Amino acid sequence: MAYIHLNEELIKRAREAARNIAVDTQKFIDVHSTVAIERTIARLYGIDGVDENGVPLPNRIVEHIKENGALEDGLTYYLVNAVLETNLSPQEIAEEVAKGNLNIVKLNKHSIEEIQKKAYELAYPMVERIKSNRRTREEMINKIGEGDKPYLYVIVATGNIYEDVVQAQSAAKQGADIIAVIRTTGQSLLDYVPYGATTEGFGGTYATQENFRIMRKALDEVSYEVGRYIRLCNYCSGLCMPEIAAMGAMERLDVMLNDALYGILFRDINMQRTIVDQFFSRVINGFAGVIINTGEDNYLTTADAVEAAHTVLASQFINEQFAKMAGIPEEQMGLGHAFEMNPDLKDGFLLELAQAQMARQIFPKAPLKYMPPTKFMTGNIFKGHIQDALFNVVSIWTHQGIQLLGMLTEAIHTPFISDRALSIENARYIFNNMKSIGDEIEFKRGGIVERRANEVLNKATMLLEEIEREGLFTTLEKGIFADIKRSRYAGRGLDGVFTKGENYINAFIPLMLGGADNE
Amino acid sequence: MSSGLYSMEKKDFDKTFDKTRVKAYGDTMNDGKVQLSFTLPLPYSDEAKEAARQLALKMGIEEPNVTYMMDLGVGYTFFVVYGSCIHSVDATKIVVPKVETNTMSMDEVDEYIRKNIGRKVVVVGACTGTDAHTVGIDAIMNMKGYAGHYGLERYQMIEVYNLGSQVPNEVLVAKAIEVNADAILVSQVVTQKNVHIPNMTELVELVEAEGIRDRVILVAGGPRISHELAKELGYDAGFGAGSFAEDVASFIVQEMVARGIK
Repeated sequence: MAYIHLNEELIKRAREAARNIAVDTQKFIDVHSTVAIERTIARLYGIDGVDENGVPLPNRIVEHIKENGALEDGLTYYLVNAVLETNLSPQEIAEEVAKGNLNIVKLNKHSIEEIQKKAYELAYPMVERIKSNRRTREEMINKIGEGDKPYLYVIVATGNIYEDVVQAQSAAKQGADIIAVIRTTGQSLLDYVPYGATTEGFGGTYATQENFRIMRKALDEVSYEVGRYIRLCNYCSGLCMPEIAAMGAMERLDVMLNDALYGILFRDINMQRTIVDQFFSRVINGFAGVIINTGEDNYLTTADAVEAAHTVLASQFINEQFAKMAGIPEEQMGLGHAFEMNPDLKDGFLLELAQAQMARQIFPKAPLKYMPPTKFMTGNIFKGHIQDALFNVVSIWTHQGIQLLGMLTEAIHTPFISDRALSIENARYIFNNMKSIGDEIEFKRGGIVERRANEVLNKATMLLEEIEREGLFTTLEKGIFADIKRSRYAGRGLDGVFTKGENYINAFIPLMLGGADNE
Repeated sequence: MSSGLYSMEKKDFDKTFDKTRVKAYGDTMNDGKVQLSFTLPLPYSDEAKEAARQLALKMGIEEPNVTYMMDLGVGYTFFVVYGSCIHSVDATKIVVPKVETNTMSMDEVDEYIRKNIGRKVVVVGACTGTDAHTVGIDAIMNMKGYAGHYGLERYQMIEVYNLGSQVPNEVLVAKAIEVNADAILVSQVVTQKNVHIPNMTELVELVEAEGIRDRVILVAGGPRISHELAKELGYDAGFGAGSFAEDVASFIVQEMVARGIK
């Protein structure tokens, strides 16, 4: 295993600062909830389907409580009370509410103790279902095996779930380990999750529970065929972050993009909203055994990869602590970074190597998610294929966890079936041909790589200590990440945030917090 | 599979360059050599290879040589084909519409504004519709610019409002009216399935409906936006890949002066 001398004292300081940032932010999280979290609870209690206008029932029932001015008490209180009062199931209650036959806010109230007890009782079946999905994954991996790390991660993005299946199965046969179904452009800004199988999308396919089910089934089939468990990835970000997490947990997704900072910076989602949403979504992902992927790599698509390298590391530290608070074990933390330096840079390869090796050593158990060049990819597919090759070299050298394969046509279109095949061929060639390079070659003491890594670590530590002093929200308002400034009182979804009232209950957090170890 | 290093084929065609009959070039004038690659939804087989060859023939590729085929699984095969394209183009008759302004440097643009307009020029920009990719608009508008070319924010005589990504056309137009914009910049990076066309058209319609079309310069940009396409959709100019802030700024200020906007 490759090794560079890093200043251990700085790593300790950086981690401590990140920890304090997360603890400080958690104080805000603990007293707030959002409409998305309430809809998630509705889904976890089994509410699904849409009304005659195609509006999801979880939206209808949460809107209903909001319209009655009772949102602070949360969905659980009124829904469970309604179950006690009417003896209907949560689904039936939601249907009655949607038809206008029932006002659950105005029903007679049972005692809070009674409601609380019932809330847990009703939560167990779903908790069991998710636990059993996790076991199924583990059993399948034990039985048929899985690919070596770095896992080869490819995307499908046809817009049509049935076409995606063809592309995904083909990619698995060519050697892919993780299939990500890119979402349709703009889905992260929808404040509801579309319903059913979908065949229309722009630049991607709607994330719906039915689409998840269709793809999981297709990948299970091909897993047995190729003798490797093929993981399914989707995007647990945007305004429906926890809902997507819940749906993924129910349908045994394996990997989820899951990063509030990404939504704040790149989708202009309000920071209060998405930080609160993120906590619950990570609790679910942690419990479901899902590997989360964080979005630090995206900072480098707007900021310069050399100058802003320390912001990536700082954000990885913060994401690690947020994940810990939500009970996600290190083995499920796919912290992100990227190979995005200008290819004209002298010794740029060494700087990329330094960044990747540094991340590897600082987060030794995390399946680091390594993103390919995108910003400096052009229509010159021939050079692009070489850029991707250099990226693959860094990855095998530094033992990255999840290799998001670069496509030679990155700057042109979403991948053709052949682009994906060429890209997998590229990675497999290099991963095999250079398998042990990291074990064979030692970094020079005081050389370019060591100096660069320590410089980035030093700057990241300074930045984290600054954020620790100012608070995360203020930092985001100042535009320190990705050169983008966001206000805590602006952005999408702010009106869906509320302070929890005294009757507020979320039984799923205590039942799921602690991840896979919570038995 | 390939025909080997040494091509034995006859080269008995006319090897003089003729600008009215330009053919693709490999290593000999008028040899017509092209390379292409594609996938057929056919299982990896000799028959699939023959299908690829026949398809190339139909594309006007003479003596197509399928140099490589790869099994993509699920009954699909990928091909690399070389051959000689029989077609030619008359390069003397080609007309490509271009933005016809002289590109000035940042300092020259500032000076031009001081002299000819006498006040700050106001520019609003955004990635509109569902497009979340701010790379293009940031390269033109943000202080830092791109590849050493400073963005519009750095211009002393230009006031800039970059609204970011996924901005509805209505919001962009409302902002333009609010700040009395002289120019609106629209960036469209995602062009899958031509999603940008209706979106760009909608903006033009909105600007016209608000009655501000004649006092606002409308500019579109993006890796697959050409000047021709932009004009066709009702914009004043389109800037594709390789354009910088000074190209856009030069166009805006000269167009303002040409239109008598002060």
